[in-house]
Amino acid sequence: MSGTYLGMPAFPEAAREAVGNATLRGNLRHATHTIRAKRAKAVTEVSDWAELREAGKRIKDHTLRHLDRYLVQLEESVTAAGGVVHWAADADEANDIVTQLVKMTGESEVVKVKSMATQEIGLNEALEAEGIHAYETDLAELIVQLGKDRPSHILVPAIHRNRGEIRDIFAREMSEWGRPAPEGLTDTPAELAEAARLHLREKFLRAKVGISGANFMVAETGTLVVVESEGNGRMCLTLPETLISVVGIEKIVPAWQDLEVFLQTLPRSSTAERMNPYTSTWTGTTDEDGPQNFHLVLLDNGRTDTLADEVGRQALRCIRCSACLNVCPVYERAGGHAYGSVYPGPIGAILSPQLRGTGSEIDASLPYASSLCGACYEVCPVAIDIPEVLVHLRERIVQGGEVTSRGNKVVLRPAKGHAAERAAMRAARWAFLHPGVLRTGQRAASRTRRFHPRTLPGPGRAWSGTRELPPVPAEPFRDWWQRTRGGKDGDR
Amino acid sequence: MNSRERILGRVRRALADAPGDEAPLSRDYLREHGQRTVAQTVDLLAENLADYRALVHRTDSDGLAGLIVGLLEKRGSASVLVPPGLDEGWLAATGVPRVTDRAESTPAELDRVDSVVTACAVAIAETGTLVLDGSPDQGRRRITLVPDHHICVVRVPGQVVSSVPQGLERLDPARPLTWISGPSATSDIELDRVEGVHGPRTLEVILVGED
Ligand code: SF4
Repeated sequence: MSGTYLGMPAFPEAAREAVGNATLRGNLRHATHTIRAKRAKAVTEVSDWAELREAGKRIKDHTLRHLDRYLVQLEESVTAAGGVVHWAADADEANDIVTQLVKMTGESEVVKVKSMATQEIGLNEALEAEGIHAYETDLAELIVQLGKDRPSHILVPAIHRNRGEIRDIFAREMSEWGRPAPEGLTDTPAELAEAARLHLREKFLRAKVGISGANFMVAETGTLVVVESEGNGRMCLTLPETLISVVGIEKIVPAWQDLEVFLQTLPRSSTAERMNPYTSTWTGTTDEDGPQNFHLVLLDNGRTDTLADEVGRQALRCIRCSACLNVCPVYERAGGHAYGSVYPGPIGAILSPQLRGTGSEIDASLPYASSLCGACYEVCPVAIDIPEVLVHLRERIVQGGEVTSRGNKVVLRPAKGHAAERAAMRAARWAFLHPGVLRTGQRAASRTRRFHPRTLPGPGRAWSGTRELPPVPAEPFRDWWQRTRGGKDGDR
Repeated sequence: MNSRERILGRVRRALADAPGDEAPLSRDYLREHGQRTVAQTVDLLAENLADYRALVHRTDSDGLAGLIVGLLEKRGSASVLVPPGLDEGWLAATGVPRVTDRAESTPAELDRVDSVVTACAVAIAETGTLVLDGSPDQGRRRITLVPDHHICVVRVPGQVVSSVPQGLERLDPARPLTWISGPSATSDIELDRVEGVHGPRTLEVILVGED
């Protein structure tokens, strides 16, 4: 995966910086707490949430189990509907394919819908290097792009920015790329949205090439689905003459009917809405409506390696709703940038080290960027047992073992004595030294006892590997202490 | 070896030790949530549309043309875009100049039109969603996207279903679909759903009773 941020320090160093930044922490706390409460409400509105969650998990597991078959079926149905399918084994190949496709149109600019896959492969940079400018059109992506910043959340990449900062970025930067921000722009969300509307409209109206990802691809029909809010997705999917969609191979669902599960669970888990404002589905090309050239680039880039891992492969069920980020006490304090990847938070901590391998300090430290509280598992709409995968990855880093890398089986040496181990240990210590993280973690852990790992992570692993951990007490020590000592000492 | 073969080979090797297929998927989630009469389902649609800031109006077929003219006038629209197969009667009462969408209409031309009037394919009550499928009375996807004011007519109760599963059953995946739940919005500023960005910022929905 070429999306590693170069020179990225390991998790604990990056996190330390974030924790020291009061504005950033305030922004994150405000946003994650708002959405947490709303999500809980949106979920209780549907009485069959548990069944939908189970069905989502099963559909994804079934698809992954027969991924080869469904990929071939998808290719057939997309081709039959007028699309062209390309296969990319890694980021470089995907970038080359897209660059060539854009060059064939003769265009030097493209409009983009927010897409994790294209961020993962660093597509914008690859296009820029070939003289093609990619305009991000999602409001948050625009904020990030204009602010020469990095995304910090899957759904709301500019979650670390408050409205005042956004106003300043727009006022300062918009003129450099096109229509300047209106005079006297204030920081009300409506005015900021209006500024983005005006700035981007000229780009949409003249765009000849659109680039997107997709939330789902239906093997049976060849249909792609993009779920969004603002309408920038619709602009990119319908106005250009050529549409190029770069999609991870795990985004398949077998049948049209399967969407009935995910179109219920995704909006409620991500933006806590009954339904997001816009969902677009398209199947190949349609005469006189929308792009007449449609290219689908199927991306591996570490996904098949992840699939080879019996425990870790469940990470491929992820529908990128970001609910696990919003409930994570570590994410809330450390911020998205500390994870050093486009996938931050709990899902990033299990996905990045699998997609990229654990060779770098940042990737080796990621599985330790967690207090294993289990809140992420509780909210996950496809029931990914993130703590289970974290513990599994920790064991692999410490003990070494067989992994698949670029399709080949290799044996990883134990991290003992390597820089990776030191980074990992520092991350573990970081989590343990942050009373807030641990406190929230412990409290949630006792509510979710059955998900608690049997062995102690990190430095404690050496001894816990040989014996079972005592069961988590019903009441965490800190709570007991607070209660019995009346909290007199102010256990902060 | 090309990348297609490489990726498929990697997938097959990765799954070599995976256990056989699990039990068939049981879809034991609900087909719809709660019990409602037809009238209550329509009310729920109206309520959920309004909750996401669509402006909801109700009328019967005799009142429809008059209502549409009133909405266009109130808005001060100088032009209205119409899909090729729109019911002639719907705009019979209005003198607002009509722009017919043609294959060669450019996005910039569409951008100069104030309003658009369309029908829809299905409306989903539980989520307050309208689905357009590009039929002649709904037109190409772009015409309900570029203008800032969209008036969408839903025939009730015939076009209304309760739930997402029921909606999907009625839709044809081969057609390009647009699901619309309220006007354009964003949650990107501090994770709060606020006013529209790129799509129509005013969505008016007319629930027209069938006789
Ligand atoms: S891991 Fe689960 S909760 Fe987290 S983003 Fe993916 S689907 Fe959502």
